[in-house]
Amino acid sequence: MSDTAVKSPAAAPPTPPAKRDRTRLVKALLWIGLLVVLLAIPLYLDAAWLKAGQYMMIGGVGAIGLTLLVGQAGQLSLAHAFFLLAGATGYTVLSGPTDDERVFGLGLDPALSLAGAVVIAALLGLAFAPVSGRLRGIYLGVASLSLVFLGLYLGQSAETLTGGTSTGRTPEPFSLFGFPFTNEGPEIELMGVPIRQAERLWYLFLLLTVLAFVVARAAVSSRIGRSWRAVRDNEAAASVMGVNVTRAKAGAFAVSSAYAGLAGAMTVLWFDILKPDESEFGTYGINISIAFLAMVIIGGLGSVPGALVGALIVNGLPQVLSLYSADLGWFSGTGDGALTPILVSSFVYGAAIILVVLFEPGGLAAIGRRITPSKKPHLPEEQGK
Amino acid sequence: MNTFLQLVVNGLGKGAVFALLALGFVIIFKATEVVNFAHGSLVLFGGYLVVVTRESLGWAGASLVGIVSAGLLALLLERFLLSRSRHADANSLALLTIGVDVIITEEIVRRLGVTLPFLGDAWDAQPFQIGGITLFRTHLVALLVAAVLITAFTLAFKYSNWGVAMRAQAENREAAALMGIRSSRVTATAWLVAGVLAGVAVLFIATQDFSGAGLSRGTHSIALAAFPAAILGGLDSTAGAVVGGLVVGLVEALSAQYVSFDFSKSAVFLVMLVVLVVRPSGLFGTRESTRV
Repeated sequence: MSDTAVKSPAAAPPTPPAKRDRTRLVKALLWIGLLVVLLAIPLYLDAAWLKAGQYMMIGGVGAIGLTLLVGQAGQLSLAHAFFLLAGATGYTVLSGPTDDERVFGLGLDPALSLAGAVVIAALLGLAFAPVSGRLRGIYLGVASLSLVFLGLYLGQSAETLTGGTSTGRTPEPFSLFGFPFTNEGPEIELMGVPIRQAERLWYLFLLLTVLAFVVARAAVSSRIGRSWRAVRDNEAAASVMGVNVTRAKAGAFAVSSAYAGLAGAMTVLWFDILKPDESEFGTYGINISIAFLAMVIIGGLGSVPGALVGALIVNGLPQVLSLYSADLGWFSGTGDGALTPILVSSFVYGAAIILVVLFEPGGLAAIGRRITPSKKPHLPEEQGK
Repeated sequence: MNTFLQLVVNGLGKGAVFALLALGFVIIFKATEVVNFAHGSLVLFGGYLVVVTRESLGWAGASLVGIVSAGLLALLLERFLLSRSRHADANSLALLTIGVDVIITEEIVRRLGVTLPFLGDAWDAQPFQIGGITLFRTHLVALLVAAVLITAFTLAFKYSNWGVAMRAQAENREAAALMGIRSSRVTATAWLVAGVLAGVAVLFIATQDFSGAGLSRGTHSIALAAFPAAILGGLDSTAGAVVGGLVVGLVEALSAQYVSFDFSKSAVFLVMLVVLVVRPSGLFGTRESTRV
């Protein structure tokens, strides 16, 4: 799990400060440029593409959480789908109507419910600490898989919360201080483009993704991130150095679950329905846990920007393929043995995992690091980024 | 009481199949320290070849083809993917097998489409009565076959040259290599054996008596239940794999009857969690110790 292979070259010549400032400036400008492009996208692309982009952002938020846990703290987890379900259900129940006799709801403000869903997922992650703290490696991976099966069972049986497998339940649409993220409410136009549901949700998801990204970067380069990496590399050494290993492991699990919870709440907003799975291969099933793991591996374990790129590939590919297929006439076959966008992208990310492990264990992040050697490689926190 | 007896027999029959799969995990893990997440796809692959060749070869011939090709696929995976990345650690290789699993599983599920064939023609769905309890032939044959295979494996593991080499390698890879044990051959055989066991297991899994469903994505997920079996027994213990398999079979059968069918899948994992909290490396696994 550790990416000790990306050790910094010890004898790297110190970069002159002026040059370092310049590269830092260039990098800041690049990030700002990317943000401007992302902000402008709703003005140029239509709703279907925005929807695809939103799905990639859901993957991005979840993948950032998993990369912190697997790459930074060195704990293999296959439970991500469970916490996704927890966040999805948390948001729907907290914001749900109180007077529906079929399902239970608390009628809270949607923004508050979103925060609540994140907290619920984090607490559930914390509740798993007695198990996650004692196990490591593959044992932990399979142990965490049990949460997915538990989620499958609870989703099916707790119908007052989830709405049941047959119909599911509709989540309350998101709104912030009374401003609805739907087609209702005040008509807004930006450069002649009406800002409706698709555009509004795009900006909401973008805000959440940026927040998730910034918080994760801060955590990685702070004391917390250092304690995670210390635990990852050697638990005994970490505890000798004064790291509370149990607390660091529990903390990493809780933070990662919180991210998954947020991604889960975004998922119900995206689908506009909460529907628990009928089998273990569904919206919150094993396949989703594995897809998130794929994003993290492809991006380069422990790298926050890498996780975003991994999400772009794994979650983006099926969306983009299905949008293009209409234009190109691909995937027109139906019935037995038809190639679907989801199938093709499964092949692609399966192959990508194999290639990454065989040829570039550091993932895309390592490739990125190689083509931008200006990064100051001597700081310890750079190792995991 | 009769129901209970019947459940125990059924549970043991299922457990025997899980034991075969769990033994596969354990053999691979012992030889290479890699957890093979692609085991479910080996199961599907063996089953699929049975389906393809059944018309021309008949059930027995097709089963043989299925078993052999599951073994060969495992061997090829080891030769062409895993052995080529010696620099990668065991955990990355486990992740690599996830990639392999995704590709093989998706392709076979695509090829199967909506046809979900049953595989255990020779014994499927022929219940019979003994002293008031109804028994399924699949479970009995599974118990018998598993008993024979596991005994044979245990004997080979104890007494054959391969077994000695394998145990030496599991104990200390470098020392074994220095003593002249050809580690690549040991590893390759371990994968081959594990694949063969998976190919045998699928003949029982894709039956009416076992899963009530034919070869499908569901078969793959049933194979996943061998994970808790292997982990529960201890990943590096062959005896643990057998015990773990039987425990999983019993827990599934009993909880399906006394709690609910939906719950039985999670029950297996819950039992595993409880065992892991008490004994973090399984019932018979070697404990990791850290020296400070």
